[in-house]
Amino acid sequence: MSLILSVHDLTMHYTTRKGEVSAVDNVSFDLAKGQSLGLVGESGCGKTSIAFALMRLLPENGVIKDGYILLNGRDIVAMDYAELLKVRWRKIAMVFQAAMNALNPVYTVGQQITEALELHLSNISPAQARERIAILFELVGLDPALMDRYPHEFSGGMRQRAVIAMALSCSPDIIIADEPTTALDVIVQDRILKRIRELQRELNMAMIYISHDIAVIAEVSDRIGVMYAGRMAEMADSADIFEHPTHPYTYALMGAFPSIKGKRRDLKTLPGEPPDLLDPPLGCRFHPRCPYATDVCREKQPDFMPVNGASRTDLTQGHYVACWHPMQGVTL
Amino acid sequence: MTQTPYTDGTLVRVEGLKKHFPVGGGVFKRAKSHIYAVDDVNFAIERGKSLGLVGESGCGKTTTGKMLARLHDPTDGHIFLNDAEVGQVDLAEVKGAQLKTFRRRVQMIFQDPYESLNPRRTVFDTVVEPLVVQGIGDLVEREERVAGLLDLVGLTPADTFMFRFPHELSGGQRQRVAIARALIIDPTFIVADEPTSMLDVSIRIGVMQLMQELADRFEVSYLYITHDLAVARYMCQDIAVMYLGKLVEMAETEELLAHPLHPYTQALISAVPIPDPRLKREMLEIMGGIAQPIDPPAHCRFYDRCPFADNFCRDNDHPSLEDKGNGHMVACHKI
Repeated sequence: MSLILSVHDLTMHYTTRKGEVSAVDNVSFDLAKGQSLGLVGESGCGKTSIAFALMRLLPENGVIKDGYILLNGRDIVAMDYAELLKVRWRKIAMVFQAAMNALNPVYTVGQQITEALELHLSNISPAQARERIAILFELVGLDPALMDRYPHEFSGGMRQRAVIAMALSCSPDIIIADEPTTALDVIVQDRILKRIRELQRELNMAMIYISHDIAVIAEVSDRIGVMYAGRMAEMADSADIFEHPTHPYTYALMGAFPSIKGKRRDLKTLPGEPPDLLDPPLGCRFHPRCPYATDVCREKQPDFMPVNGASRTDLTQGHYVACWHPMQGVTL
Repeated sequence: MTQTPYTDGTLVRVEGLKKHFPVGGGVFKRAKSHIYAVDDVNFAIERGKSLGLVGESGCGKTTTGKMLARLHDPTDGHIFLNDAEVGQVDLAEVKGAQLKTFRRRVQMIFQDPYESLNPRRTVFDTVVEPLVVQGIGDLVEREERVAGLLDLVGLTPADTFMFRFPHELSGGQRQRVAIARALIIDPTFIVADEPTSMLDVSIRIGVMQLMQELADRFEVSYLYITHDLAVARYMCQDIAVMYLGKLVEMAETEELLAHPLHPYTQALISAVPIPDPRLKREMLEIMGGIAQPIDPPAHCRFYDRCPFADNFCRDNDHPSLEDKGNGHMVACHKI
């Protein structure tokens, strides 16, 4: 598979009045062309920070301390503003969480997409832009006649579709979707998830889908990365990770998720709360809540290594885990 | 509707409950139309059992809950509470001092623990308030009760939490405070409006389990309002599905999930993502989106979106909720 994105040992801090918040710590992952990776974790685990780092849209107090993000072999972290402009939206585009906030209320939806097109694709005429927007609207399932309407005239689901159309406008190679359906009702969410998945396959885009909802992630991802407290805990192909969760946190997360299908199994609680990243625990960051923690977990950070001792190649395939005592042969 | 005397273990019985909100009116202008937020809703909850009220945003589930807690006055209908302490009352009718007595029996837990707690009050102030309002106990007794309850809801040791402010608590801890406050005056019935939807997964299950334990221990019933069928499955013995102000289906939880009869319930269930890529789900697509029930036509509320609707559905009134066997209630002409 051809590698399109390679994130290596990314470490990112937020500077606050109380000190440095270690939001992302030594995170690595790779993405192949056309592959969809789901990043799942609870609030504050660093998944959105990674998305912002990939787009270089971090707030002023967010600093990339270490690591690189190679996009087609070029490091995004080292790019200057002019280079970034060429990459953003044309190579990597993002669908934001709150569609209402992502759209400007005083411009029509069409005007806003035109703006993105003009900025990123030079020499596009207004007529060409309208034509392109009409195609985009049809792609995401919106009536092209709606492009001259204002965001407040759209329902929540329609707005989310418009934001997806905007992200697709410059035919990016990679699309980052940050909880795009979280605020929507299930029936609308279901339709949008299906459309996103179809588009991603039709257009052969790579996708990073971010959500706290492991059920949504399961629906849209070829591969799943489970994050905890700023670190990648486990990564594997979707079916594999559900069949053989290896990190105790993955196991706990899956066991805590109620489902309407299958036997009604007892939900398992995970004691405690995620750590304060101003002062993260030493060693494995999950150790204070882990039922299998031993001295080594409290002292040394486990490496992110292949399960079964296979050799580490790129992270687009295989099963990786960062745990001193990975679980073997457990199923839910 | 006549008042049916209780012979069974029914705790709450709602009959013909309605709430219509005027729209487009002004101070001197009569409203031209009404939103039929809740329109002729009937259900009963048995003592010690919980009913899940499920539906999409805008379906009227929160309005129903607020009427049961009398935070909204019903436009019409009855809410009978059969309570060991205050006897049988119609909550839709109670006023003034009586309302205050009844608030000891029915409490509400809100969705957002960041909004529902006063940021200037300590945990103790928040939890003790119902006792103060109701004039129960002296300071020493109140302190003991608050401490006891904080222990029960898992905020231990209680004395380290008592004098903290909401901003010093996490989301899960705040919701535990809200639960403690709801429980402190021994209610028999609690309206819980999406109490766990703002919480992270690993925290959510803890709060759900706590609510279940407390329900068993204090014999409390919940009206559990949620958009999430999976959560309702774990919290409730029965589920009622609401669509545009009407109940469209109501049954025992596993029965409803395994054999949904109403096309809307079927669509809702088929749209829920499954946290396991190995399980495939059957699909039922429905058209369009949810609208606001402003002066709705008499025919079935689901008519416009229903894949099975025909002329009969168009020409007849919205179907009433009927028992199709084993207490599985459905409101559909086609079944």
